[in-house]
Amino acid sequence: MEDFFTYSVILGIFVATVKIATPLLIAATGELVAESSGILNLSLEGTMTIGAFTGFLVANETGSLWLGLLGAAAGGAALGLLMAVMTATVKVNQVVAGLALNILGLGGAFFWYRSVYDEGGAVALPTVDRFETVAVPLLSEIPALGEVFFDQHWLTYFAVVMVPLTFVFLYRTKYGLELRSIGHNPEACDMRGVGIISRQYTAVIYGGVMAGLGGAFLSLSEAGQFFPDIIAGRGWIALAIVIFGNWRASWILVGSLLFGFLEATQLSLQAQDVNLPYQLLLALPFILTIAALVFNRSRSRVPLALTIPYHRGER
Amino acid sequence: MDTTPVTAPGNDILVAEEVTKVFPGVIANDAVNLNVRRGEIHCLLGENGAGKTTLADILYGVYRPDDGRVLLNGEPLDLHSPRDAIEAGIGMVHQHFELVPPMSVIENVVIGTGAKQWLDLSEARRRLEEFFADYDVEIDPDAEVGRLSVGEQQWVEIFKTLYFGVEILILDEPTAVLTPQGVDELFRILRQMRDEGLTIILITHKLREVIALSDRVTVLRRGEVVGTVNTADVEQRDLARMMVGRDVLMQADKAQHDTGEVVLKIDDIHLASDTGRGSLKGLSLDVRGGEILGIAGVSGNGQNALFDAVVGVRHPEQGTIRIADADTTHAPPHKVALQGVASVPGDRIAQGLMMDFSVKENLILGNQRARRFARAGVLNRAEIDRFADESIEHFEIKTPSASQTTSTLSGGNLQKIIMARELSGEPRLIIVHQPTRGLDIAASEYVRRRLIEERDRGVAVLLMSEDLDEIFQLSDRIAVIYDGRIDYVAEPEATSLEEIGLYMAGVVEAAGAAP
Repeated sequence: MEDFFTYSVILGIFVATVKIATPLLIAATGELVAESSGILNLSLEGTMTIGAFTGFLVANETGSLWLGLLGAAAGGAALGLLMAVMTATVKVNQVVAGLALNILGLGGAFFWYRSVYDEGGAVALPTVDRFETVAVPLLSEIPALGEVFFDQHWLTYFAVVMVPLTFVFLYRTKYGLELRSIGHNPEACDMRGVGIISRQYTAVIYGGVMAGLGGAFLSLSEAGQFFPDIIAGRGWIALAIVIFGNWRASWILVGSLLFGFLEATQLSLQAQDVNLPYQLLLALPFILTIAALVFNRSRSRVPLALTIPYHRGER
Repeated sequence: MDTTPVTAPGNDILVAEEVTKVFPGVIANDAVNLNVRRGEIHCLLGENGAGKTTLADILYGVYRPDDGRVLLNGEPLDLHSPRDAIEAGIGMVHQHFELVPPMSVIENVVIGTGAKQWLDLSEARRRLEEFFADYDVEIDPDAEVGRLSVGEQQWVEIFKTLYFGVEILILDEPTAVLTPQGVDELFRILRQMRDEGLTIILITHKLREVIALSDRVTVLRRGEVVGTVNTADVEQRDLARMMVGRDVLMQADKAQHDTGEVVLKIDDIHLASDTGRGSLKGLSLDVRGGEILGIAGVSGNGQNALFDAVVGVRHPEQGTIRIADADTTHAPPHKVALQGVASVPGDRIAQGLMMDFSVKENLILGNQRARRFARAGVLNRAEIDRFADESIEHFEIKTPSASQTTSTLSGGNLQKIIMARELSGEPRLIIVHQPTRGLDIAASEYVRRRLIEERDRGVAVLLMSEDLDEIFQLSDRIAVIYDGRIDYVAEPEATSLEEIGLYMAGVVEAAGAAP
């Protein structure tokens, strides 16, 4: 047990925390924007899987990781577009649409992967060279802090920068105000002449792009390859983080780091063979989310019209 | 507000020609003609379901007419959405507010306005403060809209619309949520706005308001225009006849009679609501057999909590509720019903009925476990059919059959289903919330007559309504609920609309004797 509390192990946990938090944060800030418009996109897990795959596919075919990111964004956008068509235009039940697209994303990515790379028989898994971490000059020299925060992947810096940008977008721009208004009361916006469908498309497709990029972090920055369960529940955790963060960007950052920390600790405990039930740590994000829901009950910022399709003239 | 010098005051500004709008099964507007003159207050008068709101929604671009056309300043106007109407200078405040409750007053006002993407609230704040100062309205621009009173929310709605710089303002039943003094205040300001050049179209079914406020009035009945008259040339009686098509009894027949024992006794109950609005804070009242106790009040002052507490949906944290000899403070709804309590909820569609169920299923809803309708958990269909047919005949429910899907019926018939169900058990207490909201005059008269019949039978009736005329018409005693308390009870002969209004607004506090 005393081995566990060494400097290097603890530093390792913190470095891993930030890495693990990255895809969660990217997907969750995207989902925050989508949900702000009143659309709950439950297909994050499938969308991240598609993003991880299309990112890997493009990177593998072109040899460019940056083009790979574009591919991931496009894959996520495609699923986001489907979600928007089903919910904003056709007005299908959002839970049903989300779950259906989730299965489509998971199954579709695997099918596509097999049809491209599996020639039958055991083949070595194709790999790409991963993104290198990027050390920020000077800042990365700070002991401990530098290693944890300033020697990370491009996508990690991107994820962190997106937190204030998302806040500014939602609360300091006209478009963001209108998006949030739609999420609370679409009829009020319709009567004010604010176009609902176009904004919901924008928000949900944006959420898809972010989920795709979150998935690509796993295939292009972490693994350097694609395998079917690469997302391993992170899409669901990202959804939980939006709830845990009470639909606020800053608390979504906190939630991502907290859930990342729990996961990193759990992994480290297992690796060190510490005799503690790691399952408890695996369950903690969800327990915390429920606790946050109860705690925030009276001041919940949940968009009031979340999951409710809007039909003009139904009063 | 600037007056446009293009046309002189008094000319037609907005005209509807032969406008027809058909919804499945009903002609909402049948070749309707309307002409509104610049700078006038024009009332659209009609019963619920006469087509007033549909006509206004067509003028505001919510619906497109199936036939006919709309002219603005003599030019045909082709509206595809409210946005088009706003750009043409037409704004509308709906009866159901179109507000975003978690956002501030200013945020609500700027939604859909301004060209700049960067959110700049200072201009809106300046204009808002100016506006409130001009018209003597006191509202904090940074307050969260959901926490304002309904009267204040209405001001936010009105200013929100004027912020677009419209020249024509359509108001749909704006007085429904106001106290009598609030109505006077609104009318004073609307006259001021008219004198400054605004054209106002006001939708109402209240004759008194038409007489008090309007310059001209167009009366609609069953989707057709009965006529347009100068308000100065007519009296309430004439308008009533135009609106209903026959002479209307303005007073319900109600014989004096003696009251019995106390049936419902509520003592100092406290019940906190989740949002903090509409909590009960030490409310006491009692209702005797054979009397109607009418509770007046602006919505949001605890009516819903009181209803829920009496029927057992929510339980007070403190205080007691007794029905006859039984303590029902913590009893669940079906136990309360067993004490002979019938309830007619304020939102008949959300709380009173399963809209996708058949009429007969709704007629036994809640009584499905009664021995009469089920044996060993299996529904007795023959008995249910018999009961349904009886109820349909007895309560004059207009439906093709007892198996008809409930959602296809009109509001009046929906209310009759609930009344038939609730009165079938011969209750000793009836609690009704907004029993005639949205009903036409014939259905309202029917519901009121039934309530008086029950009272004459010796039943205790607790009536909550925002319609003060109804309260005065039906009640043997009138109580006012304000901020979760009842501090004023009086007999209708011993009080007045004005006095009740002051208590409803909380202007006079606890000066009247508590019961």
